[in-house]
Amino acid sequence: MELMKLIDCFGSLSCLTTQITSALILGMILFLVASGLSLIFGVLGVLNFAHGALYMLGAYFTYTLLALHGNFGVVAILASIGVGIFGVIFERVFIKRIYASPLLYQLLLCYAFILILDDLAKLVWGYEFKSIGLPNAFRRPPLKIFGSFVPSYYVFIIIVGAIVALILWLFLSKTRFGKIIRATAHSSEMVGALGINVQLVYAGVFALGSFLAGLGGVLAGPVRSIYPGMGASIIIESFIVVVIGGLGSIGGAFIGAILIGLMRSFGIIGFPLIEESFVFILMAVVLILRPRGLFGKKEA
Amino acid sequence: MKKTLGIGVIVVGVLILFPFLYYSDFLINYMTQILILALYAVSLNLLVGYTGMISFGHAAYYGVGAYSVGILLQKYSTSLLGSLLVAVVFAALAAVIIGFFCIRLGEIYFAMLTMAFAQIVYTIVVKWTTMTGGDQGLIGGIPKPPISFLGLSIDIGSPLGFYFFTVVLVIGSFVICKIIVDSPFGAILKTIRDNSLRTYFIGIPVKVYQLIIFTIAGAFAGLSGALMALFISGAYPDFTYWTKSAEPIFMILVGGMGSLLGPIIGAAILNLLTAYITMYTHLYELIMGTVLVIFILSLKKGIADHLLERGLFKNLRASSLKRVQVEKGKETVKID
Repeated sequence: MELMKLIDCFGSLSCLTTQITSALILGMILFLVASGLSLIFGVLGVLNFAHGALYMLGAYFTYTLLALHGNFGVVAILASIGVGIFGVIFERVFIKRIYASPLLYQLLLCYAFILILDDLAKLVWGYEFKSIGLPNAFRRPPLKIFGSFVPSYYVFIIIVGAIVALILWLFLSKTRFGKIIRATAHSSEMVGALGINVQLVYAGVFALGSFLAGLGGVLAGPVRSIYPGMGASIIIESFIVVVIGGLGSIGGAFIGAILIGLMRSFGIIGFPLIEESFVFILMAVVLILRPRGLFGKKEA
Repeated sequence: MKKTLGIGVIVVGVLILFPFLYYSDFLINYMTQILILALYAVSLNLLVGYTGMISFGHAAYYGVGAYSVGILLQKYSTSLLGSLLVAVVFAALAAVIIGFFCIRLGEIYFAMLTMAFAQIVYTIVVKWTTMTGGDQGLIGGIPKPPISFLGLSIDIGSPLGFYFFTVVLVIGSFVICKIIVDSPFGAILKTIRDNSLRTYFIGIPVKVYQLIIFTIAGAFAGLSGALMALFISGAYPDFTYWTKSAEPIFMILVGGMGSLLGPIIGAAILNLLTAYITMYTHLYELIMGTVLVIFILSLKKGIADHLLERGLFKNLRASSLKRVQVEKGKETVKID
């Protein structure tokens, strides 16, 4: 009986550690993608359906750059920045034209780009699954924490995710740029009237959101397989994260992502066949009890 | 209305008579496929074009219809019409349940949630191996028992027989859709599309109407999926995948969403494109995506909408197309 395994797991510290670690790496990667999605929506008012494709690009960039340069740290930074630059070009060339269009056109344009980018990935990197393998710096015996063995790369993902979350929070709430971004989310016209270049803010926020998605892809690269269309599942999970956490809320995205990570990593022990449906049940409950999400604000 | 009816009768007459004038298996199969996909696109357009609900997960109902009819006929040897009916009911049930959650919030949430729920249908199809055949799909063929109807036994095993069967069901569905959108109920749907808040203020339960049309659209998508499963004698996980949800969106955008005719034109174009593109390249989605981008950024409206605006087929016009363009107040959400 699988349910007994779940109960056994709750009784054992090493099993708990293993599952919580895997929940956290899943949650951190999801947070990076979902926070970018939420940030872009909050400021630009555009729901970037193609955000999963940016995550995919992050992973593919890492794959290609690692072949050229061995150092994972350098590659990770370059690949994320590369996705950020790609995001800015995408925003300036295409998304910019549809700010005033009806929602349908905004969604469809992003949707069209999922199709295009997935096929471009097939064209450039081929159909087959790619894997990167653990970076050299992390090829060492796993750390022993509470009797469970945790690969050092997992710890790295969790630390990077936590640091990014912290920096993002400090950036948005404490700095001048953060204030401008929040003000633009509130009323872009007023911000423009005060002499701030709103277009620049939009481009910057899109770059930041794309960078975060790219970083998610970079970190996921060594632990997941890379294939065209890998963005589809992460974008759907990100949607669930922002529905649970509240669209536009970075804190909500963090809590939502960790919750989904926990649901999945413990669900897979107790209910391996229907593990994925737990996430949907959680979402359904949130939708009924708190339609705006856990941290979403009521519309004025 | 009378003119519409006249044109309808002529179209049906042509569809039924032309195989007797010129017959080829290729053409018949091609027409069958276009009709089935046209129904799929028309069903989505009830939501997108007429009610302003942007669903990105229509494949869920298409897939439920396809798998239901396939499993019933293959594993339980039920009658054909009975299986079709059950498939439609199952698709409608799926739409009621999923719709209940999706319509609770604004249109952006609706788009995200429909896509997310379609993914769970996909997951179920892939994981429930004993019933659906998992990754492999429902293989081994779906039997098409002859239909006994009013003492008559009609065989739909041949391409021509199945074509006539499809013509009857699809054109029948189009007529029902036309009646729905021209009815007072349809008028309320268009009001919701143009301004849901005002519709709510004049005392119309917007959510109830949205759920009803979502269910109807799901049922027609289910019928279309069921017909497709019969046509290709199988059902595959791809039927519920998100790319399958993209297809009808492509059709209604390219064909035009202001009328019932638009999605039908779109279905024909997509089918032609698919046939030609796949001859030369596997990069089918790249081309589909590029065509979408061109339509969104430059043409803005589908082919039928452009024709209608120039006064052609004026009688087929559903409602003022300009109103589709009405911009809605953007949702503003604060960042914390």
